[in-house]
Amino acid sequence: MDLTQITSSVLASGPEIIIILGACVALMLSLVPRPGQGALLAGLSLVMIGLAAAMSLTLAQNPQSAYGGMFVNDGFSTFFKMLLYLGTALTILISDRYLGTEDAAKGEYYVLLLFALSGAMIMVSGTDLLIIYVGLELQALSIYVLVGFLTTNTRSNEAALKYVILGAFSSGLFLFGLSLFYGLTGTTQLDVMGEALDKVDTSSPLLALSTLFLIVGLLFKVGAVPFHMWVPDIYEGAPSPVTGFMSTVGKVAAVAVILRLLVQDLAMLDPIWRSSVEVMAVLSLAVGSFAALVQTNIKRMLAYSSIAHGGFLLLGLLAGGSEGLASVMLYLLIFTVTNLGLFAVIVLINRGAGQGEKIQDFSGLAKSHPGVALMALVFLLSLAGIPPTGGFFAKFYVLVALVDAGFVLLAVLAVLFSAIAAWFYLRVIMLMYMEKNDQPAVFQVSPAIGWALIVTFIGTVLTGVLPAWFLGVSKAAATAGLG
Amino acid sequence: MTDLPVLSILILLPAVGAVLTPFLRKDPIVRWFSLLVLFADFLLALWVLLNFDPNTAAMQFGEHRVWVPSLGISYRLGIDGISVWFVVLTSLLGWICVLASWWSISTRVKEFMTCLLAMQSLMIGVFCALDMILFYILWEAMLVPMYLIIGIWGGAKRVYAAFKFFLYTLAGSLLFLIGILLLYFGGGQTFDVLALMEVQYPFPLQIWVFLAFLVAFAVKIPMVPVHTWLPDAHVQAPTAGSIILAGVLLKMGAYGFLRFSLPMLPDASQYFAPMMIALSAVAIVYGGFLALAQSDIKKLIAYSSVSHMGFITLGLFTFDANGMSGAVIQMFNHGITTGALFLFVGIIYERTHSRDIAAYGGLIKVVPLFGILFAAFLLASMALPGLNGFIGELLVLAAAFGVSGWAGAAGVLGALVGAAYLLGVYRQMLLGEVKTPGDVFIWDLGRRELACAAPLLLFVVWFGLYPKPFLTILQPSLDHLMSQLNPTAVLP
Repeated sequence: MDLTQITSSVLASGPEIIIILGACVALMLSLVPRPGQGALLAGLSLVMIGLAAAMSLTLAQNPQSAYGGMFVNDGFSTFFKMLLYLGTALTILISDRYLGTEDAAKGEYYVLLLFALSGAMIMVSGTDLLIIYVGLELQALSIYVLVGFLTTNTRSNEAALKYVILGAFSSGLFLFGLSLFYGLTGTTQLDVMGEALDKVDTSSPLLALSTLFLIVGLLFKVGAVPFHMWVPDIYEGAPSPVTGFMSTVGKVAAVAVILRLLVQDLAMLDPIWRSSVEVMAVLSLAVGSFAALVQTNIKRMLAYSSIAHGGFLLLGLLAGGSEGLASVMLYLLIFTVTNLGLFAVIVLINRGAGQGEKIQDFSGLAKSHPGVALMALVFLLSLAGIPPTGGFFAKFYVLVALVDAGFVLLAVLAVLFSAIAAWFYLRVIMLMYMEKNDQPAVFQVSPAIGWALIVTFIGTVLTGVLPAWFLGVSKAAATAGLG
Repeated sequence: MTDLPVLSILILLPAVGAVLTPFLRKDPIVRWFSLLVLFADFLLALWVLLNFDPNTAAMQFGEHRVWVPSLGISYRLGIDGISVWFVVLTSLLGWICVLASWWSISTRVKEFMTCLLAMQSLMIGVFCALDMILFYILWEAMLVPMYLIIGIWGGAKRVYAAFKFFLYTLAGSLLFLIGILLLYFGGGQTFDVLALMEVQYPFPLQIWVFLAFLVAFAVKIPMVPVHTWLPDAHVQAPTAGSIILAGVLLKMGAYGFLRFSLPMLPDASQYFAPMMIALSAVAIVYGGFLALAQSDIKKLIAYSSVSHMGFITLGLFTFDANGMSGAVIQMFNHGITTGALFLFVGIIYERTHSRDIAAYGGLIKVVPLFGILFAAFLLASMALPGLNGFIGELLVLAAAFGVSGWAGAAGVLGALVGAAYLLGVYRQMLLGEVKTPGDVFIWDLGRRELACAAPLLLFVVWFGLYPKPFLTILQPSLDHLMSQLNPTAVLP
């Protein structure tokens, strides 16, 4: 590798470097506690994310492979990175208020968020299984700490411990699969591996085993049934903004890796995983929709809802092709916006020390805060997939891809479970609008959360009313990925 | 014709109203504002009707804008001789609903009027939409304001009723969406309604799509056995909600058959016609007997709707020109009459807070104006000759006898039972000894209530005595529909 290659490689990973530098600066600053530090660090993080986003967009003008083919800057990864920036920025906007309420304002929080973001970015851009693994671990380690960030709260601690154990287990599975692939092909670089695998008989049991390990490791991160057991406990115990972060940024990165592996470079493995992923997708829809019906904690309910949404994402993956890929990407975009919007409302209602996380706490919101209730209404309808919100188009596009690819039965199952899932979103709407509450949630909307709400609200409505542009962007990115 | 996007204005006017309403300060201003917007919408709809060319079956006032080009979805509007009547009906009932809830809705007036305005916009949109996805989006979005109207301002068991309404309709319409996609990928490659009508689909595909559509439309109509949401929704909904439900929403199911199932899936429609006729006959008789057994006036009218909607589906699936036009006439008239009945039940309920039929008596002596008008609408619902219900029911019955004696007999039985329960209400509530629930004082119709009732009465009498203008506009579109149905293959 000569000097020009090195400089161009470093330049190609510029956004990651900006974020990591930002994290280091924030770490230094957080060593000297002073009043107003939270706002300063949040502002710094947002600026860094903005810079990285600008750089990513510039780099996307001429896609290139870097570090000897281990890292890539294509339209596909840029799309996912923009989602990661968006998700992290929204998380930061809703965090300050939450940390204040929970009395846990510490500088490391933003440092960890930025590190997690950089890990997710590396996952998205990695074209080598080892690089992807490094990104995965960087992200996971940061999130382990974030989950247990409420040090005096036992549920938060418990969730962190569970997550460490299960997360390490799933990373181990991924690593094991990786090593088997290395044994089969003699490389960890995806494009070379793809070429090598073309010569391997796909019916070989060893290949099936290694594929299984790799996929299970990743599906663990997505929370697909039957690897979903950790999701409710950890979503419930983690600080609300972190839950929002995991359910969006964490999911986006894992799905990006899945798409890159299964649809692009290692597409020849399709016959090995297809039938089992079909079963997992339907099970995710079923378990997510039914289990959410009986929850009383809003975060736990959203955990199951996110499992069901994971099922929809897998259906898009099954549909395959550029349509299927684009549908998954659009789904992630809309889900990120909508879900974080709802988490902003959850943060507003939160009263600290585990109070205000019951679904019941939404009662009477329409009376005390009609504007916030209206936004929550739109977010919930979007999650339920009712038009004219973005959630409808997300689901619709997946269904289009499914029917186009001939999976009508899966499409029918998907809509039936959607109808069941609508029930628990409606229940929250019912509480907000139709229940009386003697002690309704009373809060002041801080500017940061206000901005988060406005952005997510406009995003949710815009993707529903004028989806053409978003659809075009997802499709272009998907085609670039398949390239 | 004009270049103005009239239909868009018709749709967007209430929508803009719905966005502005939350910013208004006082309840009276909100009420007057909504009334004004919806009345303006009604006048515009009348203008459309007057400028409607009755000599063609083509879509008029057409509009087309690209919406989501990569998926072939467009914003495509247009009305023919059938849908123009539903636009008029919807816009008429719109402002009547505002008047009907003038005082009865006293809490959260702003939100209520916002829901009402949004409903209006979506309902008119449904009847104008000529793109399947646009239609579906409007059709689905309607559930939300209606859910809120029933759930917030309804009766004691409103939450249960609202949930039931929402989930029943949602489950039905999601399969409708799959059906639309099957049509798209099965050969149409477009969501344009008119283009899809031209496609000849293979029979097995038609069967599946017909079944998917059937679920959605049958729930909305509602046909037996998926009718159970209707009594709950009607009884719990506030007056305006009941009027919209009975007047417009139920018609949408039948409109769906008319606009999509019959012309796009003619072979499957023929194939399933015996089943549809049987289900309709069951709905007519079963709904009628259920209505006969009710002591709650709102429930009685709700079940009578099940029965009357049975006549409509019966007429549609006779595949007979008379039956078809009878069904459409019945759709419009049922909207007027049942809307009026719910209005009157609402008026009396406002005064007494009781829906128990047996608690009333001799009202015609106490409140003569109310009594006479209520009687007129009851008789219209009974299909008395000279009032609007007669001609539609007669045409449907004649066509039904042409298809099957049993279906005709069921229709006659339904009409007889209908006479029994409607005259029963008439006798119990209006005649006999004077009594009111708890002996409360009741007063006769006020000016506001007369203003609601007058246009409805006008339509009842007009269509009863001189339905020709209605038929003139309807006929070309119906003939066109008949020609799409492949008239050579009539049922045995």
